[in-house]
Amino acid sequence: MKHIRTIETRNLCDSKGCGECQTSCQSKTSIAQNSS
Amino acid sequence: MIHRYQLGGYNIVLDVCSGSVHLVDRLAYDLIGMFEEYGREELLRELARRYAGQRAEDGERIREADIAECYDQVCALRDAGRLFSPDAYEPAAGQLKRKTAGVVKALCLHVAHTCNLNCAYCFASQGKYHGERAVMSFEVGRQALNFLVAHSGTRRNLEVDFFGGEPLMNWDVVKRLVAYARSIEGPAGKRFRVTLTTNGMLSDDDGIEFANREMSNVVLSLDGRREIHDRYRVDYAGRGSYDRVVPKFQRLVEARGGKNYYIRGTFTHANPDFLQDIRAMLDLGFTELSMEPVVCAPGDPAALTDDDIAVVKQQYEQLAGLMRQRRREGRPFTFYHYMIDLKGGPCIYKRISGCGSGTEYMAVTPWGDLYPCHQFVGEERYRLGSVTEGVTNPAAQAEFAACNVYAREECRNCWARLYCSGGCAANAYHATGSVRGVYRQGCELFKKRMECAIMLAASAGDDLPGGENVGESAGAGAPGGTHSGTQDGASGTQDGTPGGTLA
Repeated sequence: MKHIRTIETRNLCDSKGCGECQTSCQSKTSIAQNSS
Repeated sequence: MIHRYQLGGYNIVLDVCSGSVHLVDRLAYDLIGMFEEYGREELLRELARRYAGQRAEDGERIREADIAECYDQVCALRDAGRLFSPDAYEPAAGQLKRKTAGVVKALCLHVAHTCNLNCAYCFASQGKYHGERAVMSFEVGRQALNFLVAHSGTRRNLEVDFFGGEPLMNWDVVKRLVAYARSIEGPAGKRFRVTLTTNGMLSDDDGIEFANREMSNVVLSLDGRREIHDRYRVDYAGRGSYDRVVPKFQRLVEARGGKNYYIRGTFTHANPDFLQDIRAMLDLGFTELSMEPVVCAPGDPAALTDDDIAVVKQQYEQLAGLMRQRRREGRPFTFYHYMIDLKGGPCIYKRISGCGSGTEYMAVTPWGDLYPCHQFVGEERYRLGSVTEGVTNPAAQAEFAACNVYAREECRNCWARLYCSGGCAANAYHATGSVRGVYRQGCELFKKRMECAIMLAASAGDDLPGGENVGESAGAGAPGGTHSGTQDGASGTQDGTPGGTLA
C-alpha cells in the first residue's frame, strides 16, 4: 500500500545565484520569485 | 527538519531543506512524527500497539506488515534526500549579497510625498512620511534612473515602482520618466519593469491607457466592503472614497484584460474577518487579490489584538477553502500570499538572502535621497545617500547586507525560514527597534499563510474543475481540526505531541 504521495517540487539542494529574480516584498507589485 | 500539519483534509509533511512536500496517510503521519526518536523495532512495536484493531482509510485492518512497509517508504525518501534532509546552506549565507555587492536592480520612486486621501492607518503618514509635502521633479527622477543603470552591474532586468503618497498627483512626471526609461534601456542593454501603486482617485482614461501600455503591474488600494473601506480611506473632508474609486478600478482592470494587477486591501482591528472583504472584491469582479494585516503601534486603535490574530488565522484557512471551492467550480482567483510555486520559485541563494532592501533595492524621495526601502523613508539614521552622491552611509547599508536567514537566532529553527527568508526588515525595525529583530505577530501570520499556500499548491491536482472534492491524503482522511508540529533532529525542538490529536 502506498502511504505517501510526494508532490513534484523543485529540490532546493539543486536549485549551483544570478540575482536576476524580481524584487520581493512580503508586505509592491512583485518571495516564495535561470530558474532551471 | 520536517514540519507536519493537517489542513483541508490532508496530512501534510514538508521537508524543510529540500522543499519536498508529501501528502501522507494517518499511519505515515504518525510514523514520520516518531521516526527520529525511536529505533526501527521500537517504533514498529509502538505503532502496532497504537493501531491494534484499527482500520486504515481504505477500511482494511492495519497489520504489522503495513507498518513495516510504511517505515521502509519513509526510509527510501530519507535516503533520496526528500525527508529529514540536513540544512547545509548556512555557509552560503551572504554569498549572493557579497557576490552582488554594490549592485542595485530596483528603485521605488516616491514621485509624490502628498496624497488626496487621509487614511488614518497609513504607514506613510498620509503620504508625507513625517516630513514636508513634495513632488519629485523630472530632473531628480532622471538622475535616479541614471543612478540605477550606472549601479546595475551585469543585471539586465531592472525594476522601477512609482509610489507615494499618491503617484497620480504627479502623473506628468511619471509619464516623462517612463518615456526616459524606455529611451535609455536599449542603449544600456537593460530592460525596465515598471509598476504603479495608486488609490485610484485621479484615475482617468488617459491614465488607464498609459498604465495598461507601460506598467507591468498595478496595485490598486481597496479595503473590501464599502463600510470597511470608507472607515479609513477618506478624503480631507472626511468623505469615504469607495464609490469614487471602485468604478475606476473596474474600468482599469477590464481594460487590462483582467490581468497583471492586484486589488490590495488592509485589514485592521475593525475587520479581522477579512474574508468578507475578499468576497466583496470577488463580487465586484476582481480576481487578483491581496489583503494585508495593518502594521502599527500596539496601542493604535487599528492594531490587531491577540484575539484578532486567532480570528485572522481561521480566516486564512477559510480563504484557502474558498479558493479550492472556486477552483473546482472553474472560477479561480489569486491571493497574493498563496502564490507559491513548488516546482519553481527562487533558488536557495535568494531564499537565504532576503528581499534585498538596502542593498539591491532602494527607495528614492522627491529630493533624491536614498533609503533602504519605502518603509524606512523618513528614518534619518537609515538615509543611505542620494542619487547624485551614491551611497554615503555604508554603516547603515552594512546592517542590511548582514540580513539573512541565519542572522536571526529565532529563524534558524523555524520551518518557514526558506519561504520568508528572514522576514521584513522594516516590520522588524518598527516592532523591535532593530532590522535584525523578529516581528512575532508577522511570523505567526506568515507561517499560517505558508501552510495554506503549500496545501493549495499540493492539492491542485485534486481540484480539477467539475471534479469532486478529493481532499484526502494518499487515501487518508485527516481530522477536520488542525494540528501541526515541527521536528528537527539536530536541535530536538518539537512543537506538539506526535499524532497528538490522532488515533
